[in-house]
Amino acid sequence: MGAFLLRRLLALAATLFGASLVIFLVMEVLPGDPAAVILGTGAREDTLAALRAQMGLDLPAHARFLGWWGEILTGSLGVSHTYGSPVTELVGERIGVTVPLAIMAILLSTAIAIPAGVFAAARHNTAADAGVMGLAQLGVAVPNFWFAMLLILVFAVWLGWVPAGGFAGWDKGWQAAVVSLLLPALALALPQAAILARVTRSSVLETMGEDYVRTARARGLTRVQALWRHAVRNALIPVVTIMGLQFSFLLVGTIIIENVFYLPGVGRLMFQAIAQRDLIVVQSLLLIMVAAVVTVNFAVDVAYVLLDPRLRLRGRGDG
Amino acid sequence: MTKLKRLALAAVAAAALAWPAMAANTSLTMGMVLEPPHLDPTAGAAAAIDEVVYANVFEGLTRIDSTGAVQPALARSWEISEDGKVYTFKLAGGVTFHNGVPMTADHVVFSFERAMAEGSVNAQKQLFAPIETVEAVDPATVRITLKNPFGALLFNLGWGDAVIVEPSSADTNKDQPVGTGPFKLDRWVKGDRVEISAYDGYWGDKPALASATFKFISDPAAAVAAVLAGDVDAFANFPAGEALEQFRADPRFEVTIGSTEGETILAINNQQKPFDDVRVRRALSHAIDRKALIDGAMFGNGTPIGSHFAPHHPAYVDLTNRYPYDKDGARKLLAEAGYPDGFSATLKLPPPSYARRGGELIAAQLAEVGVKLEIIPVEWPQWLEQVFRGDDFDLTIVSHTEPMDIGIYARGTDYYFNYVSDEFNAIIDKLNLTAETEARYALMGDAQRKLADDAVNVFLFQLPKLGVWKAGLEGLWENSPVQANDLTGVRWTQ
Repeated sequence: MGAFLLRRLLALAATLFGASLVIFLVMEVLPGDPAAVILGTGAREDTLAALRAQMGLDLPAHARFLGWWGEILTGSLGVSHTYGSPVTELVGERIGVTVPLAIMAILLSTAIAIPAGVFAAARHNTAADAGVMGLAQLGVAVPNFWFAMLLILVFAVWLGWVPAGGFAGWDKGWQAAVVSLLLPALALALPQAAILARVTRSSVLETMGEDYVRTARARGLTRVQALWRHAVRNALIPVVTIMGLQFSFLLVGTIIIENVFYLPGVGRLMFQAIAQRDLIVVQSLLLIMVAAVVTVNFAVDVAYVLLDPRLRLRGRGDG
Repeated sequence: MTKLKRLALAAVAAAALAWPAMAANTSLTMGMVLEPPHLDPTAGAAAAIDEVVYANVFEGLTRIDSTGAVQPALARSWEISEDGKVYTFKLAGGVTFHNGVPMTADHVVFSFERAMAEGSVNAQKQLFAPIETVEAVDPATVRITLKNPFGALLFNLGWGDAVIVEPSSADTNKDQPVGTGPFKLDRWVKGDRVEISAYDGYWGDKPALASATFKFISDPAAAVAAVLAGDVDAFANFPAGEALEQFRADPRFEVTIGSTEGETILAINNQQKPFDDVRVRRALSHAIDRKALIDGAMFGNGTPIGSHFAPHHPAYVDLTNRYPYDKDGARKLLAEAGYPDGFSATLKLPPPSYARRGGELIAAQLAEVGVKLEIIPVEWPQWLEQVFRGDDFDLTIVSHTEPMDIGIYARGTDYYFNYVSDEFNAIIDKLNLTAETEARYALMGDAQRKLADDAVNVFLFQLPKLGVWKAGLEGLWENSPVQANDLTGVRWTQ
């Protein structure tokens, strides 16, 4: 297990370094001089040169790349061109919005999808099944920003129950913060829930045909009892896998949703940084996102190995 | 309980009930499309910086009012020498910065020398180019000596880039702005809002508002929802023109269409073939139906223009009939220039909807006279690099929002139109040396006519300022001669 973990950790580090190189090179070829964006159309050449020097943009590319890694290794990630504050500080301020939002979205999508999927499986080939799957089909097809606008229209504009957007701030009490995240989390969760519900349904249907479920039925359990006690638990393994895979979609989704609900999260920071050509912020955020996805995958892999020793042996055979 | 006691109790109860309502009426939540990258108006060109801090947090020697006229600000009066080269300013008394430091003439000297210094990152450094020296005559008097007479000095000193800052806070103004204005910064929640409140030590008239919040909402649909849901009291530059009818029909809101300094033009690379031929440029001017363009791209909001000048300015000359919409005339001019079958060119479009939507309509209109355009959408940073700095374009659509910027046409091949005209440059040189208002206006008229004659660009329309706010709010600027949300005169009437 130790060797396996070490191997996976080294692979993780190599992935991150490779990703950072690709990100940096992409930023290099992107047209747009950050100094020109800051100073606009009235700027003179000498002013531009002064600002470029101030931002370190006059250094050669390899020096800037190494400088960036120097910053990463000391844990600071560099200083934003536009805001003038450290990237870690900017991200730190906003992570308190994005992480709770992502967690709420995952909880909501799970809370919607698993009962819906099991319900549909239990009523396989009935009108109820068709109804649930029809809704799921719709959920997969409709993008989350459209859900977002619909939710705002109904709950904020017509009913006036919640604000149309914005974030109250955790200092105003957790209830207010949770209320301001409710609609965005729901908008993020619905398309995810639609996918998860379909996976849950087919997974439950599959396990229903397994020997142990039949054995359980033979022991005198009703269909529904067998479903809940045995089939659902086993059916959840592929569901968890899909949830892990959806994590990266969730990160991308927050960029759009945070913009529609004008939430001060990491996704909105990314959006603004791209528009302002704040390269250091864009590349650092991309790296953080890659790190998050890679770490989640790593955790999923480790969880598999812990759950199923056969995978550990297979891993050793490959290596 | 005596009658008197009961009355007193009732009065107290009424006051208690009324208090929250009164408190609510001295605060304002204002929506803005873009968040300022930082809050230092002397270190960036982003309009959003001035939209938060201009006249509210920072003040200059002069200020530009809602009509575009120059008003006294920190300088209460000034004298100009006979030769037009020496300006002596008398400063207001009792002025303190938000950190308590009393403002003196030394601060004015510091601020201007900082902006003019080598290595300065002031985005409008050229505003200070005519200045030879700035001196403090005494703590309340500043003398500015110019290299040559320069008529626009007082106007230029009213820009956000020329505000007065205090040395110990100058380097941290990006995050913690310290000005002399009627409002001070309370809090900036990055990505979300900026909160300001009235500064107790303000030297001038106290504003009616006790506090204000700027909320940043970039998505047009979200902006509509935020106003409808009551989260935002006002949008001075509303991003969703398509929703205006809905607000007009709703008595809870007021809709005001004003004018901005944004001359929206189809910019032409004047050195690029075939656009180096004035007949081709005139043909383009004839081929575009400005009315249809404004209806299609701007939902009918916007004033047609015939030269590079704002219609609300007193020196404006109406040249919209110089090139009436005339397809046959355009075809004839193209044939004369040697293009009877038209030609192909590229049209680079930056992100704003006036450009993207307008570009499609213009391509369709020019196609009717044989000019086939390839539309190339670009992002702002790309536009700045390729079009503005690189001259790598045939045609582009953009709004020039700097106030009173007709002088850019005198920059020749240093400016992306690449328009070279000795005659035009002579007019601008004379304008720069003239300080007398009527004479200046006459010269501005000559400049406008010259640009229209040469059809340097196709002058399309003045960008409107679409204001949407709750009924009962007054004092917000209808027009926008500088990009500002001046809250000093804003109050609730109900």
